[in-house]
Amino acid sequence: MPRTLFDKIWDAHLVATRIDGRDLIYIDRHVLHELHAPHAFEQLEKQQRPVRRPDLTFSMQDHTVSTQPGRTDETNPDGAAFLRAMRAGSKRNGIRVFDLGDPQQGISHVVAPEIGMVLPGATHAVPDSHASTVGGLGALAFGCGTTELGHILATQVMALKRPKSMHIQLDGKLDAHVTSKDVALKIIAELGVAGGRGYVVEYAGPVIRAMPIEQRMTLCNLNIEMGGRSGFVAPDDTTFNWIKGRPWAPIGSQWDEALAQWRTLASAGDAEFDSEHVLDCSNLEPQITWGTDPGQVLGISGRVPDPAGASDQSQRAAMESALAYMDLKPGMELKGLPVNRVFIGSCTNSRLPDLAAAADVVRGRKVAQGVTAMVVPGSSTVKREAEALGLDQIFRDAGFFWGESGCSMCAGGNGDRGKPYERIVSTTNRNFENRQGPKTRTHLTSPATAAAAAVTGRITDVRQLLGGNA
Amino acid sequence: MQPFRNHTGIAVPLLRDDINTDQVAPIASMRQLKPDYKTMLFARARQRDDGSEDPDFVLNKPQFRNPGILVTGQNFGAGSSRESAVWSMLANNILVIVARSFADIYRENCLQNGLLPVTLAPVDAETFEARVIAANGAAPFTVDLEMQRISGPGGADIVFEIAAADRMRLLEGLDDIGLTLKHADEIKAWEARMAAAQPWLQTAREQRG
Repeated sequence: MPRTLFDKIWDAHLVATRIDGRDLIYIDRHVLHELHAPHAFEQLEKQQRPVRRPDLTFSMQDHTVSTQPGRTDETNPDGAAFLRAMRAGSKRNGIRVFDLGDPQQGISHVVAPEIGMVLPGATHAVPDSHASTVGGLGALAFGCGTTELGHILATQVMALKRPKSMHIQLDGKLDAHVTSKDVALKIIAELGVAGGRGYVVEYAGPVIRAMPIEQRMTLCNLNIEMGGRSGFVAPDDTTFNWIKGRPWAPIGSQWDEALAQWRTLASAGDAEFDSEHVLDCSNLEPQITWGTDPGQVLGISGRVPDPAGASDQSQRAAMESALAYMDLKPGMELKGLPVNRVFIGSCTNSRLPDLAAAADVVRGRKVAQGVTAMVVPGSSTVKREAEALGLDQIFRDAGFFWGESGCSMCAGGNGDRGKPYERIVSTTNRNFENRQGPKTRTHLTSPATAAAAAVTGRITDVRQLLGGNA
Repeated sequence: MQPFRNHTGIAVPLLRDDINTDQVAPIASMRQLKPDYKTMLFARARQRDDGSEDPDFVLNKPQFRNPGILVTGQNFGAGSSRESAVWSMLANNILVIVARSFADIYRENCLQNGLLPVTLAPVDAETFEARVIAANGAAPFTVDLEMQRISGPGGADIVFEIAAADRMRLLEGLDDIGLTLKHADEIKAWEARMAAAQPWLQTAREQRG
């Protein structure tokens, strides 16, 4: 039977089928973080079980790390215990730590691809729901809980039920200043926050083929926001060129062998998917969330919807609650709404091209009065590269805070958060109530749209700001 | 893992869709390595802006202070993979969640911890939710996994479906790692095969030319 790429990767990693019917899927790369891994180390040690493959397991300090210059364990007082437990547990188990001060430290979903740790056709697991970010390289990644993380440490496999497959075809061509963030928000709005539940999603089509790797990663990162089990893009020459020469990527004859194997990583033309969708991306405008879940989305020129038009009682209640929380009224435009805070960063949008797109908007402008704006690079590598290009200076000159890398304000696990009732424009992935601080009102956008909000002090169509044809 | 056979408790209705794990277990209540999972559960929703208890939140109502069963809507447990969103249920003796549907990772985390995730057929879900509202915490419901039945005030027993493997795993409280390690030889053989076929997948380190 003609196989999808998901089938191919799954079948290649199928070790055995367990007595309870679950498939044991081998995990090629397992990356941990300090919020959850210390619990798993403790569980395993109680059971006196060793870590099976410490050489395929890596520890990342990202969720609780401070973003302040000169940071130490204590700079975020709540993080110190996590950072130390992670360090100690990793050491006991022979696992390399990407620690504070390590030139390759950063958010796991940013670091694993950029150093060449994760490769096309590989399986990847992280105890974090945004694991599928690396799907942008054609890797199959699963987020998991803490007990499952312990299971992977002990066995190097995950015991999974085979998910269903979904194909999302992205047709057309993206306009200037419209990115995969906007595409992803549009998809979540169309399919709903549970639309991907039970599915592994393959994103395909001309928009994908024209899309740089970093944007593919943003798209796959947001797959979980529609409930998807995993999401990926089949690799192509753009992928292979991006990986070649990265520190951990194969070299010499192994590179040639790997490349030959990677070229087989595509769904058969006549492969069947359990679900298929098509989205025409031509004329798509920058998108922004208005509500309190990532499916409550508007085009930047749109108007806030009226709960009266909701399809059912539950949706109406959710919309009313979101409008009240966000302090919005049906029918109003978001454009022009004053903003208190702007955050550019997170595993969704903190890679070098994200920062460059934001810097293009900020260059020669100032952060508007009364707005607090910060940029947090996704990794120490991104930070260094951005500084080499002078991007940090553009942000600093404009009045942005330029931070050390980590998850920062995405979930606020490191103490970076907004104040109650602040309206925040953020390049992150979740606009849930209280996510970026108690009572904060988060609007999710692309980096360019967030930068435009920072310099104008209002929700802004970046195309108009830059004198485009919108 | 503790085996799960049946559980009797007050059923609390929290009939909203898309309740996410940030709501169930707010990150602000996870600031210590060993947090208080009991007070973590819906910590934010339980409070008013001034920090006082919100008497309108259903889990704060006198009849729902010690529930055993949570009844909720679609896509329960969306968002973050944090397992504290399950541990905080267990710490409150909520051992069953009856939802219209569950987010994938959350459901897996339930099964890992002996918390029974139940999804009823839509018509049964409506009936059950109505009975839970009518009972209003005055009398408990019993969820029996062996019989795959829910019994309690307001009507006949309701039968529910659950995958046989999930049922067995909960009933027997199986050690998941132990179950997998029965295949240790196959894991080893797979690694040997892959080290030959795609060696770049079996090593992960900086390469030097």
